[in-house]
Amino acid sequence: MNFEATPTAPASISPHRRPRWIREAFPPALLIGFVVLSWQVVAERSGLPAFILPSPAQVWRAGWETRDLLGPAIGTTMLETAVGLVIALLLAVAIAAMMDFSPFLRRALYPILVASQTVQILAIAPLLIIWFGFGLLPKVIIVVLVCFFPMAVSTTDGLTSADPDLIALLRSMGATRAQVWRIVRLPAALPSFFSGLRVAVTYSVVGATIGEWVGGSAGLGLYMLRSKNALATDQVFVAMLITTLLSIGLFVLVYLIERAALPWYYSAQRAEQWEETGIY
Amino acid sequence: MTAPRLELRHVSKSFHDNGLVVKALEDVSLHVMPGEFVTIIGPSGSGKSTLFNLIVGLLEPDAGEIRLDGRAYRNRTGRVAYMPQRDLLLPWRSVLDNVILPLELRGVPRSEAYRQAREMLPLFGLEGFEEAYPTALSGGMRQRAALLRTILTERETLLLDEPFGALDALTRRELQDWLLGVWSRFRQTVVFITHDVEEALYLGDRVIVLSARPGRVVRTLTVDLPRPRRRGLITLPEFGRQEAILLEALGISV
Repeated sequence: MNFEATPTAPASISPHRRPRWIREAFPPALLIGFVVLSWQVVAERSGLPAFILPSPAQVWRAGWETRDLLGPAIGTTMLETAVGLVIALLLAVAIAAMMDFSPFLRRALYPILVASQTVQILAIAPLLIIWFGFGLLPKVIIVVLVCFFPMAVSTTDGLTSADPDLIALLRSMGATRAQVWRIVRLPAALPSFFSGLRVAVTYSVVGATIGEWVGGSAGLGLYMLRSKNALATDQVFVAMLITTLLSIGLFVLVYLIERAALPWYYSAQRAEQWEETGIY
Repeated sequence: MTAPRLELRHVSKSFHDNGLVVKALEDVSLHVMPGEFVTIIGPSGSGKSTLFNLIVGLLEPDAGEIRLDGRAYRNRTGRVAYMPQRDLLLPWRSVLDNVILPLELRGVPRSEAYRQAREMLPLFGLEGFEEAYPTALSGGMRQRAALLRTILTERETLLLDEPFGALDALTRRELQDWLLGVWSRFRQTVVFITHDVEEALYLGDRVIVLSARPGRVVRTLTVDLPRPRRRGLITLPEFGRQEAILLEALGISV
């Protein structure tokens, strides 16, 4: 028998269209350029003193002049962030698996999960410093506190998102509970898990700097605090921008890992189809 | 006399929904002989899918018993091959990795599973699409992949639950003929659910008609048409006559 084995045709791309990444990057680049330029003009023309509104050029210079301080500060902050993220990730996945395994644990743990996210970081941070000193540990705990919740919740939801019919089909084939978990429920949970991870990493750097601000002996948060105390507003901006860039960098990193790990979810085709239908 | 491959004896099943008791099946008795192609037809809500869930072992009957090859097993799951209405391919697996699923569950080494699957790909019109994700396939191809996965369970009995229900009329006819081709080669026992009278008649050796809720067997018709089936049969007076019998059994006046 002969079938016309045609898969759904990929959306044709007209040859004169610009590469995708240029189409993606152009609008935000344009907007950012415009904002920076306006900022420069306003800072120069308004006559405001630099400790109130430094110009982008002054911020750039301040960053360059303090580069010897910034390098180690970034290193410290990133170390705290990375350690915190890894712990938060392991903890979140373990807790999500436990809550999935037992309804009793789910009921017991869920309120505590929510509480962990709603606790006032600014209130608990000084306590952590008092308990654990000025070193790495209190910052790591803060990062874990901020990052753990979105990952735990999204992974828990992801584990229950698998299609029940799919599970029934596997059971009809005689699959064990462990096989159903590995073959259906875990892969089905991955997109949600990554969504949670993306949210978590954007909080993580800020979490670490808060810890340093409240009681640190190193890091971007301390740099920020000292700059503020010295009315070196340009340096405050430097720290702010670096924190933002680091967060964006982590976000992009997770996004790239996600695309590599879930090729089926991010098939180029899907994105193109969305674009064709004008959902974007 | 050989035992029926599949036998239901006075099977009943009800569901409880918000304090309401819904009778899905009532006193259903039927049998399917080895190598037979039986189609089951009934209005929606006649408990056809419940029937399959019972046979597969995902549900247990409230009354009656279900025998496979003359034996009433305590746990029937994994003993018959079941293909649900939706193709239910795993979106994160390639076609090849999807169809080997039953072999994988049984612990067949992966290379051996791949070899078996690749052998079957041409017959299922899936050659060259081994590495494609299901989202890239047409509806007909997805159903063929799902059927290949069902065949690879290597069970004697195939339960097919409206496998072509969601396809357009042309693809459906194409797949009906193709399915008969596959069946004439492997000669498994097939139980095929449909709500299309023409399909039931064209495919089956026998047609079992179920009533609306609660599902009961209202008629069994032994199909009087030669095999192999050809499209032209549909225009014969015998076909029309038997179609009328089935429609009448379904309570549709002709």
